[in-house]
Amino acid sequence: MKKIEEAILPVKPLTRESLTMWILLLVLSLLTIYALAAIDYTSVDMGKAMADTLNNFKTIFFHPAAHRLSLWDAFYEVLITMGLAFLTTLFGGVIAMLLGLLAAQNLAPKQVTNIIKGFVAFIRAVPSILWVLIFAVAAGLGSVAAVIGLTFHSVSYLTKAYSESFEELDRSVIEALMASGANWWQIIFQAVIPSSVSSLLSWTFMRFEINFANAVAMGAAAGAAGIGFDLFMDSGFYFDLREIGLVTYFIIAFAIVLETISTNLKSKILIKKA
Amino acid sequence: MQSDIFAKRKKDSLIFFFLLILLTVGSVVITQYDVSKGFTSLLKAFIWGGSNFYPDGKSLTILPDVLRKLWDTILMSIAATTVATVFATLLALVGSRTTRMNRLFSLVARGIASLFRNIPLVAWAMVLMLAFSQSSITGYLALFLGSFGFLTRAFIETIDEVSNDSVEALSATGASYFHIIFQSVLPSSLPQMISWILFMIDTNIRDATLVGLLTGTGIGFSFDLYYKSFNFHAASLVVILIVITVILIEMVSNTIRRVIM
Amino acid sequence: MKLELGVNREFSEPLLELKHVTKYYHGAAPALEDINFSVAEGEFISVIGPSGAGKSTLLRCINRMIEATSGEISFDGVLISKLKKRDLRKLRTRIGMIFQHYNLVDKLSVIENVLHGRLGYKSTLAGVMGRYSPEEKLQAMRIIDLLGLHDQVYKRCDQLSGGQKQRVGIARALIQDPKLILCDEPIASLDPNSAKIIMDHLRDVSAQMGITVIVNLHQVSVALKYSDRIIGVNQGKIVFDGSPSALTAEKIAEIYGSESNDLMVELGERYAI
Repeated sequence: MKKIEEAILPVKPLTRESLTMWILLLVLSLLTIYALAAIDYTSVDMGKAMADTLNNFKTIFFHPAAHRLSLWDAFYEVLITMGLAFLTTLFGGVIAMLLGLLAAQNLAPKQVTNIIKGFVAFIRAVPSILWVLIFAVAAGLGSVAAVIGLTFHSVSYLTKAYSESFEELDRSVIEALMASGANWWQIIFQAVIPSSVSSLLSWTFMRFEINFANAVAMGAAAGAAGIGFDLFMDSGFYFDLREIGLVTYFIIAFAIVLETISTNLKSKILIKKA
Repeated sequence: MQSDIFAKRKKDSLIFFFLLILLTVGSVVITQYDVSKGFTSLLKAFIWGGSNFYPDGKSLTILPDVLRKLWDTILMSIAATTVATVFATLLALVGSRTTRMNRLFSLVARGIASLFRNIPLVAWAMVLMLAFSQSSITGYLALFLGSFGFLTRAFIETIDEVSNDSVEALSATGASYFHIIFQSVLPSSLPQMISWILFMIDTNIRDATLVGLLTGTGIGFSFDLYYKSFNFHAASLVVILIVITVILIEMVSNTIRRVIM
Repeated sequence: MKLELGVNREFSEPLLELKHVTKYYHGAAPALEDINFSVAEGEFISVIGPSGAGKSTLLRCINRMIEATSGEISFDGVLISKLKKRDLRKLRTRIGMIFQHYNLVDKLSVIENVLHGRLGYKSTLAGVMGRYSPEEKLQAMRIIDLLGLHDQVYKRCDQLSGGQKQRVGIARALIQDPKLILCDEPIASLDPNSAKIIMDHLRDVSAQMGITVIVNLHQVSVALKYSDRIIGVNQGKIVFDGSPSALTAEKIAEIYGSESNDLMVELGERYAI
């Protein structure tokens, strides 16, 4: 009899895991409903704005054209954005290399890794646009502020990625080298970096992809040079939808190339891990 | 033989560093980046920050207003994420190799995801602003569109990774397409998907600052207001509040992840 | 060989019959070539052969998880190869399947995974919502008990050991109320102890419930110990079909080719068991 009762009990057991998930989803849905209800819809004519936006997108995607910029100009502007992204990634990579070594649990004492990790978490919590704007007070708006400001987030991202790559090196290898009398720097340059160089490069490239997108954003929001600034001018000052289309296509084309490369690199890292 | 390996390695790293220097010089020239100014301004910025960029007693009076803006921003980020989740889940089911109905739809779905993901957030914001002007709807829609692209790609990867084996087993028992989706694919992927949702909320709060700056809404607008009026004490208070919020949300997210994964 | 079968058993209608089944993957050498055999109700059959011989493909062609390129397969009087999607689903409910990697939904509980075996009998909505009748739950409990998983009913499957997971896999197949169970390398990922428990369960399923079992195996010794009949496959062709006693060292050499030397040792165990 007891068994029959048990069988009629619900099939879905309420475990801690599923309870957490359902509560989370419920809370998020309620907050969403509240948020959507609280939006002030009266300030704009929703129907008209939606229709206008659709029309705008139609113009942007189906009738791109060059007015102010020539095709070569647009290409050159993308190159500038690429340049900003490259410098950001380079500076970030150099600093992160040092911090990554100090944040790797197999290479540095626990107190040090904790300090570095806390520092990195703080950097990440400040939106990158704010880093740029804060630096713009001292350096003025432009490429210097953009590069230095964006470098902060690159450092944070790459430190985490690098330290995890370093941690993959077996402790026993380090022990063996230590036993043979090698010092810390020798171990770093002869064992740690050579064995993780390919994943370091992959992570760096993936950050380059993110930095490209960020550099576009900084062009628009912080007056840094490059294609992002053109986007800002075309939409904010000239209201030139067709040129926005051209600029957007340029950005997408480059972004997709970068995305494809970094997807390939990522799957290679995953294969190596498995 | 051995000397060969060393010579080759030396040659490789020489080429690598040569390319690196070439690209660096190229980038410096093309972006007109002033290297010495970079270093001096870094120092200047820290000195300036230490002496100006901290909240003082007077700036605390703006606290209630900033907190309300911050709350709006959090709500907006969550709403954009959850609504994007619904659409992204549908598109990801069409796009994933495990659950696709046919090859063509899958390809189209992946194409849409890639397109949305690669259109920069600022582009969405600027274009939406043309019709919606400076309102919170603009910010919300921009975050929604950006999240939609990102989450679709993340969900497609999750579904591809997670549920292959059990899908095979369920179709061998004679279960139908929807049975398999609801009894195997979604339960297997849910924890990973929730992890992505939490990540997206966190990202959106930081991106909301950027979007808010452009569209004049939320916490980004607050910052912009004080920043442009040189009220750096107040601006620093905004930054500190954002940092606290993001770190708190990250801590909550990590706790949830530990429980569900 | 046919004669031998006729002597041992007196079955009238074969439950499963494969005629000239062939499978090509993208033009290369065939994965299966002209496979012919029939299976009587209640038989316990092991399919052995080196890795890559086509065992897995053969098994999956039976319930059309893989479409055969040509040939006819009939099950319980129905021509499987001609079925439409909906009818194929219906037919699959009568054929259970067990996998090397268990193929459970790891994030769900044992009982939910077991009840997945009933999905084929359900309407879309009931299956989507995961609504099962009291009888089904009771039956699930009985089967779980039978397989010694009573204490694990509400555990999530990622907390189980490999042997326990495979027992959940068997339970999922049993609750389908199948006439035939296909097992694809069910013990290849298990330690010897768990492997023995799983094989014993499969034998009981066959002997006590009268369910026909076809098992792909890598280990000859296990096949010899448990089966009524052994089918040896090499390079997509059947090279042996007969009772375990007829499987001589020469035959094993023929099935396994160059791999056979390692197996000779295993064969020695045959007399030890």
